[in-house]
Amino acid sequence: MTDPTRNGEFDDWLDSLSDGDGYYVECDEGHGWLPPRRVCPDCGSRELADVSLPDTGEIATHTTITVPTPQFENDAPYVTAIADFGPVSITGLVRGADPEDVAIGDVVGIGVGERETTGERAVVFRPR
Amino acid sequence: MTDPRIAGAGVTKFGKHPERTGRDLFAEAGLEALDQSGVDPDDVDALYYGNFMGELAEHQGHQGPLMAEAIGVDAPATRLEAACASAGAAVREAVKTLRNGEAEVVVVGGAERMTNIGTAAATDALAIAADDLYEIRAGMTFPGAYALMARVYFEEFGGSHEDLAHVAVKNHEHAVVNDHAQIQKEITLEDALEAPTIASPLGLYDSCPITDGAAAAVLTTEEYADEHDLDAPVAISGTGQGSDNLALQDRPHLARTPAADKATDEAYSDAGIGPDDVDVAEVHDCFTIAEVLAIESLGLYEPGEGIHAAADGETTRHGEMPVNLSGGLKAKGHPVGATGVAQLATIAWVLDGTHPRADAVPDGTVGVAHNAGGTVASTTVHVLEVQE
Ligand SMILES: [Zn+2]
Repeated sequence: MTDPTRNGEFDDWLDSLSDGDGYYVECDEGHGWLPPRRVCPDCGSRELADVSLPDTGEIATHTTITVPTPQFENDAPYVTAIADFGPVSITGLVRGADPEDVAIGDVVGIGVGERETTGERAVVFRPR
Repeated sequence: MTDPRIAGAGVTKFGKHPERTGRDLFAEAGLEALDQSGVDPDDVDALYYGNFMGELAEHQGHQGPLMAEAIGVDAPATRLEAACASAGAAVREAVKTLRNGEAEVVVVGGAERMTNIGTAAATDALAIAADDLYEIRAGMTFPGAYALMARVYFEEFGGSHEDLAHVAVKNHEHAVVNDHAQIQKEITLEDALEAPTIASPLGLYDSCPITDGAAAAVLTTEEYADEHDLDAPVAISGTGQGSDNLALQDRPHLARTPAADKATDEAYSDAGIGPDDVDVAEVHDCFTIAEVLAIESLGLYEPGEGIHAAADGETTRHGEMPVNLSGGLKAKGHPVGATGVAQLATIAWVLDGTHPRADAVPDGTVGVAHNAGGTVASTTVHVLEVQE
């Protein structure tokens, strides 16, 4: 199988998470975003700098999905969550925890894992 | 500038029609709307048409001219795509075109064919209304996204799955007499609470079904309606639209829908009304929590208060503020690209007394239609008023 087309800065960003030095981009007013971004949607600033992602985040909301799309057929049931990492929030799969036990406020680390169904990469949170 | 009139509307039976093409569904609704309006098809100046997943479900793009052909109209025809708010966006274009004098008669409508590809592929197709890189690749589905919002709402404002179940029970009861509805069957609170979970905390009965169907309306200027002696007592007096960050993760607040707030402010101001003037509403309840967020954005309830409206009976057909007399997306069904115009038709028929649930608001003169796309990254709101 040929390698799928890379999604530029998104795949660069996943690479950075894999290497344990994740980042986000921040404007001079402190609004944080994930790449690719050329402008801060909040304040319009085009001065965006890379900033290291905090080591841990906190789960802001989560759901256990039992009816997945075909790309996640073998993954289900799985937990998808949004976790806050300072000024950015990130959506990812929660692994290493019983779905029943995942709760708002849980502290998690971030990395990259493979999706069961397709083998493609995905953001993964693990309890810390 | 006058307010466009709704001269006629047509809606197919919503439901499972896997063998029916989009063009056939739209032809049924569009011809019904034209016939009801009494407008000569040669007088139609433009067609605005909503559709979301035509490429995936039917391998058919460029549906604007196809749909004009399907109803025997030779006029500029444009498809609009704003996920589940595609038809609402089409209505807005139609209103603007009539108001600025570029047209006297516009057909507005939408259609979606969804059941032919099956539940899994339809779930996938709906998911692309979310952010592909940051949401879909993290397993987010359309129900999953609303589940994330519901959990934040409960955490922040209180409320429970049981409150949401009352929304489903209400909308199913409303749909029983609506022959356009996909599901004309009452459910109990127990049915809703005991249904399988699809994306916790939401269960099967918190979700709208997957639906095929089409809706269309013929809109004219007031002058055209007068000149041609059309029976068109209901006008679109206000239009509004708002956007938000596409991905939930980029929004400051997951239990509020600012795109709908913006659309509401604009539409109310355009119509010169406020929430106290509203007699009836059709809102985008693709999931039960979505109805709660919608009635709060429409100003009918304060943030955090909408969750109890159905359980308290206030938004039922017997209540002060009936919401989704059609059965809503929940029971009427949600052929994505058609929904916004089906809402328009419902409000028009409720206000002119021809809807089977019109008796819920016998003296109603003002209705609103709230149509949301994706996780409310797009919203249109339209105000309809009876003109004397
Ligand atoms: Zn900024």
